[in-house]
Amino acid sequence: MISEATRARFAREVAKYPADQKQSAVMACLAIVQQEQGHVSPEGEKGVADYLGMAPIAVHEVTTFYNMYNQRPVGRFKLNVCTNLPCQLRDGAGALQHLERKLGIGMGETTADGLFTLQQSECLGACADSPVMLVNDRTMCSFMSPEKLDQLVDALRAAEAP
Amino acid sequence: MMTADQVLAQFRATGVETCFHDRHINPQIYAGLNGSNWRLKDYVARGGYEALRRILLGADGAEPMTQDQVIATVKESGLRGRGGAGFPTGLKWSFMPRQFPGQKYLVCNSDEGEPGTCKDRDILQFNPHIVIEGMAIAAFAMGISVGYNYIHGEIFSAYERFEEAIDEARAAGLLGDGILGSKFSFQLHAAHGFGAYICGEETALLESLEGKKGQPRFKPPFPASFGLYGKPTTINNTETFAAVPWIIRNGGAAYLACGKPNNGGTKIYSVSGDVERPGNYEVPLGTPFPKLLELAGGVRGGRKLKAVIPGGSSAPILPASIMMECTMDYDSIAKSGSMLGSGAVIVLDDSRCMVKSLQRLSYFYMHESCGQCTPCREGTGWLSRMVDRIENGQGRPSDMDLLNSVADNIQGRTICALGDAAAMPVRAMIKHFRPEFEYHVEHKTCMVPAYV
Repeated sequence: MISEATRARFAREVAKYPADQKQSAVMACLAIVQQEQGHVSPEGEKGVADYLGMAPIAVHEVTTFYNMYNQRPVGRFKLNVCTNLPCQLRDGAGALQHLERKLGIGMGETTADGLFTLQQSECLGACADSPVMLVNDRTMCSFMSPEKLDQLVDALRAAEAP
Repeated sequence: MMTADQVLAQFRATGVETCFHDRHINPQIYAGLNGSNWRLKDYVARGGYEALRRILLGADGAEPMTQDQVIATVKESGLRGRGGAGFPTGLKWSFMPRQFPGQKYLVCNSDEGEPGTCKDRDILQFNPHIVIEGMAIAAFAMGISVGYNYIHGEIFSAYERFEEAIDEARAAGLLGDGILGSKFSFQLHAAHGFGAYICGEETALLESLEGKKGQPRFKPPFPASFGLYGKPTTINNTETFAAVPWIIRNGGAAYLACGKPNNGGTKIYSVSGDVERPGNYEVPLGTPFPKLLELAGGVRGGRKLKAVIPGGSSAPILPASIMMECTMDYDSIAKSGSMLGSGAVIVLDDSRCMVKSLQRLSYFYMHESCGQCTPCREGTGWLSRMVDRIENGQGRPSDMDLLNSVADNIQGRTICALGDAAAMPVRAMIKHFRPEFEYHVEHKTCMVPAYV
């Protein structure tokens, strides 16, 4: 079920497009679902499809085409570290390896406590800030030296401690 | 105790390193920015929206401008598309069927995903109104009433910032119905991607804006006749729109004079890789490459320059000796066998292994191929696997010729330019650094000490 608050956010996106082109809002609606639920489930896709008057498969095509949609649950914090060439030249791969050691997981995995999912990503569009990492699709963290990565992980753990 | 959001906020970029370093030369787009003066009142204080006002209402005793006058001014300026292709902007605008009776659309391509490029992010983040004004002027010139700015999903804060700026402009009567009391109306909205390099290709972007997979369309028909929702559409890059207000305020001839013939104005270069000060540098087109390198603090650690990818990862790599002779403009870089592209300058020092560098790029193109055309879908994977095996000591002496042959069979045989973008780095790497590839095959290791 889509809450009233979520429907209001959907409506704001739909209003940008011509009345007969509601489908244009699908990317934004899926991003909202992901922000609120952590990932886009088949039920989430169905909710968006119903709201926009699309076939569920057409929504699924979008979810599966774009890299940032989580098709299964991820940790509380999804850490996407860019390792593309400009970042590779400035320790992007090193940042990813540092996080693998720090978190005790490999890329693509989630920590046992469910706090962190670590992923390698393609160009985030912040090349001059390398090493860069995008957290939960919304916050770009720049100049992530090993010390700053440690600080970030430790502070997030503290913030989430029961 | 800090919340998670407060923790994350501490690690956000401030723009000091990349944009407010005061190492631009005669900047127009980045001039006077400090990170906190992005709002409407600040932009107006910098002379913002004067150009739109002059066009719609006239100024200094001059009459309002006509659509033809605006397009003629942009043509005279020599402004060329800043997204990669370098197509003359005024000419593109003149292709728009202005008399077409139905809906027409204006689209800004802010899907900045070409590896090495982060200039549009700093424009949207720190000077969003310059893009809004540029788009409003373009919309007026082409008789368009609705526009969208499609913003790279990964720079979500830039999307949110742009939405806020749109709200400000709308509230001030600079967007919407009857702008500044004139008869001109223009509705502008922001849209975002969500992680697909291919959507930087203009027709893939249109598909994405229609709520579909971002798979490029066959051209022709070009967007000017069949664009968004099948309607005539003009698409320009963020930096292109951002250049327009200055041109209107100062005239086409003045803009052209800022650069060099056929290469008018300033250009923002995103310098990344092995330099002391990676960042965005706005300089006149035609600035010598050594000057740009100097602005970026020179090669990191005082090392020797080995090679430069001058226009984003898709541009053919150039060895230092050629690059140091280039000026940074469309024609000089093209003459040297590469392209200015998006203006992303990726610098590699003499410690870098070219096989390993190409390995990461080839993986990227395989990952981002949309899968629509067979030569690209299959060929990018083939290229990636071959570079992988050379890097990992399993290369064969025939691999370099085979790489060239696969690249040849991708290039020019696909619907969009991603195939070319995957092929060109491979061909240029082998052209300029073949001995390094041969050394890898023979000795199963790099010519240079291990990197990363």
